[in-house]
Amino acid sequence: MSLFEARAEVLRTNRRNLAETLHLDAPLLICLLALSAISLFVLYSASGQSIDVVWRQVVRLGVAFLIMLTLAQINPATLKRWTPWFFGLGIGLLLAVLFFGETGKGAQRWLDLGLFRFQPSEMMKLTVPMMVAWYLSDHPLPPTLKRLSVACLIIVIPTLLIAKQPDLGTALLIAGAGVFVLLFAGISWRLIFASGAALAASAPVLWHFMRDYQRQRVLTFLNPEQSPLGAGYHIIQSKIAIGSGGLYGKGWLNGTQSQLNFLPERSTDFIFAAYAEEFGLFGILALLVLYLLVIMRGLLIASQAQDTYTRLLGGGLVMTFFIYIFVNIGMVTGLLPVVGVPLPLISYGGTSMVTLMASFGILMSIHTHRKLLPR
Amino acid sequence: MNAKTSELAFRGRRFLVLSVLALAGLALVARAVDLQVVSKDFLKGQGDARYLRVVSEPAHRGMITDRFGEPLAISTPVDSVWANPQELILARDSWPQLTKVLGLKRGALERQLAAKRDKEFIYLKRRVAPDLAEKVMALEIPGVALAPEYKRFYPAGEVTAHVVGFTNVDDEGQEGMELVHDARLKSIAGAKRVIKDRFGRVVENVERVSEPQPGQDIVLSIDRRLQYLAYRELKAAVKSHRADAGSLVILDVHTGEVLAMVNQPAYNPNNRHKLKSSDLRNRAVTDVFEPGSTIKPFTVAAALETGRFNGNTVVDVRPGYLKIGRKTIRDFRDYGIIDVSTILQKSSNVGASKLALAITPEHLWQTFASVGLGADSGSGFPGEPSGLLTDFGAWHDIQRATVSYGYGLSVTAMQLARAYAALASDGRPLPVSFLRRSEAQAAELAALYEPVLSKSSLRSVRQMLERVVEKGGTGTRAAVPGYRIAGKTGTVKKSGAGGYIEDSYLALFAGIAPASDPRLAMVVVIDEPRSEKYYGGAVAAPVFSRVMAGALRMMDIPPDNANSPPGQRLAFLHRAQ
Repeated sequence: MSLFEARAEVLRTNRRNLAETLHLDAPLLICLLALSAISLFVLYSASGQSIDVVWRQVVRLGVAFLIMLTLAQINPATLKRWTPWFFGLGIGLLLAVLFFGETGKGAQRWLDLGLFRFQPSEMMKLTVPMMVAWYLSDHPLPPTLKRLSVACLIIVIPTLLIAKQPDLGTALLIAGAGVFVLLFAGISWRLIFASGAALAASAPVLWHFMRDYQRQRVLTFLNPEQSPLGAGYHIIQSKIAIGSGGLYGKGWLNGTQSQLNFLPERSTDFIFAAYAEEFGLFGILALLVLYLLVIMRGLLIASQAQDTYTRLLGGGLVMTFFIYIFVNIGMVTGLLPVVGVPLPLISYGGTSMVTLMASFGILMSIHTHRKLLPR
Repeated sequence: MNAKTSELAFRGRRFLVLSVLALAGLALVARAVDLQVVSKDFLKGQGDARYLRVVSEPAHRGMITDRFGEPLAISTPVDSVWANPQELILARDSWPQLTKVLGLKRGALERQLAAKRDKEFIYLKRRVAPDLAEKVMALEIPGVALAPEYKRFYPAGEVTAHVVGFTNVDDEGQEGMELVHDARLKSIAGAKRVIKDRFGRVVENVERVSEPQPGQDIVLSIDRRLQYLAYRELKAAVKSHRADAGSLVILDVHTGEVLAMVNQPAYNPNNRHKLKSSDLRNRAVTDVFEPGSTIKPFTVAAALETGRFNGNTVVDVRPGYLKIGRKTIRDFRDYGIIDVSTILQKSSNVGASKLALAITPEHLWQTFASVGLGADSGSGFPGEPSGLLTDFGAWHDIQRATVSYGYGLSVTAMQLARAYAALASDGRPLPVSFLRRSEAQAAELAALYEPVLSKSSLRSVRQMLERVVEKGGTGTRAAVPGYRIAGKTGTVKKSGAGGYIEDSYLALFAGIAPASDPRLAMVVVIDEPRSEKYYGGAVAAPVFSRVMAGALRMMDIPPDNANSPPGQRLAFLHRAQ
């Protein structure tokens, strides 16, 4: 028995506290709880002081944390075995949506399962990075060009299916999650730059395939003042809300833009603006630091993972979380076009929160099952 | 091996991932700093501009009351629903709800929005009930908001319609006193800074920018009780005689104040949907007519003023007509040789003509003109004509004769009432007023006017006029039990485009009471009575009697006629109630 193993043995016996028994990662859990608490405070203000809305969010958070807890119990090896089945099921469901899906708000995203409605694209946010990691993990890295091409197909097929619904935000997140797994798998710099250039070159082609409302969003992003009451309204009101917050903010419950109804979607996609108006630049920095802690902890967990599958998957999931944050804040501050992506763990709404907490459950599972794995 | 390679690959990419993270984080922080520090003032200004608004704060228009402070026109606060077309045009989904709640036509709203698409303000519906306003705001339609306004309400309705007039939807006086005294009644809206939410609802008042200034109240000379009574009696008479129209004016003879002025047809100023423009005519002030026999007291007064005549002076009116050139002046019948007093009592045209021909045209004209005939009554009412009294220089004998019994000159009911008020008081033709005059004001005004007739002439004429109402006179039906009434009937052939119209008459009665110490002068005009009766003594005199009886009692004026049998007085009092 090496010295290291001995120490690990001692640690295992001594620090077998509640968190470890439940396969939870304490630092990550604390950060997530802190974000949830912020969410409740901001929601109370942004909903026009509706305790009702706050309660519903509490219930959702409870469900999401339960799902996290459940997934944390599943051994990553089991998860890996099930991965192709999950992916196959996901693709099947996406096809089902395409043919039998419910239409809501102009997009076909929902599958009515009688008891509840289900959004298969949410599930793909987890299964796409899982599948890419699964496919690449049993072979030497960096992957060969052929394997890379197959991996690309694994990403592109669900992305296109979701983009066709159309749900550009989710498609973007899924593609991003897959691409980050590829990046973690190690592709040559040359390839990275080449694909970057190819993406830029394909922009006009992409434009061609965009729907009218999607084009409108891009145009609005480029020049929001063009129609201040129409498409540009969201982004103008949002920028005003953030900017008028200043360094210290107007104070909780005192944001004029949000309290007086000027800020649209202020408890869902644009909640960051409501937060920024009331808590100012320092509030934003605090929130970003909290997010950064979550990301760094997640990356640490990924880097300490003991096999390729969990390492790639962990990295991919953390980067999905990062994309969520960047796209949402980028959109709300006018850096990016308006894409329907919520601010993770803060925005009002259940679907994305469940997916996110599930991914944190997987991360915790990766970390807490680590020592039990044979070396 | 496998793990080691992947370890290397993973490390190799760590730099990339961390730099992506760092760059992205930096971008977000930089953007936050840009918005919250660099552009803060601009964006804060934009934010303030969105919720801080200066709104006008309407003030109420002055109240119009009768002489005792009873309200005749008051402003009550109401809401008007307005919209910003630029915003409402985008909220197309909410149009059906909006039109349903407000009771608008869908097409009309669409046309209105299309026409005003580049404007920022349209009224959707003016002056809605409070519960409807609440319902509209509950819809939370972007661009739809309420504006506080005042609605004018006229408690006395059609009874005071012609006196008070009305305002338009923008609270500007359009008719009557509302128009005459618009400048005084008008309010000046204030301004205040408020916080508004996106739906335009005021969330908080921040500060007053300027004080709203309500309009001044106006106290009219009208006595609402007399006005009601006069309206009721005139309306009943016009209806029962199937007349075209009618007017009635009561003046306070000492102050020149108009105590009542009513017309038929009238209108309801609170609901002007079915309003005809002819209903708007304030006939008592705007319509001129030939006064006929009601002018004879002034002819007699002119004769008395020469000192060559008194009440007992005998005039030969045989054979009941008088030829002047090619014209013949006729009496109702041959009265024989009568005194001046009987000329009035029987209303002899020949007698009046003979008196007129016995004095100079200038003196006759002077007497008429001095009591205000053919001149503006001073009421200040919009559209009051001055009447017509041609210059005596152009009068031939025939004109001198016809003018003496009221043809060839024209007056309004108000002008005639003013002349009778001069006859009833000490001979000062005070300009009439629709505003209450204090005793001091009245005295001050009286000092500006010289008596135009001597006290003795005035007394004689009044005594003669009492005989008109007594047995044997033409105006017996004007009598008021318990009071001495002096008055004169008039039955005037109406003139049209081609001369006088057959069987078309104006029934008049003008009188004063109580004759011993006159307080009130009243003129009743019934235009074209179509019942079998058309004489002033039959149609107008009963109206005079009823209204004057009520007015004297309401004003607590003591009876001056002890000869009247008490039973008759009681019977009358009972009826008037």
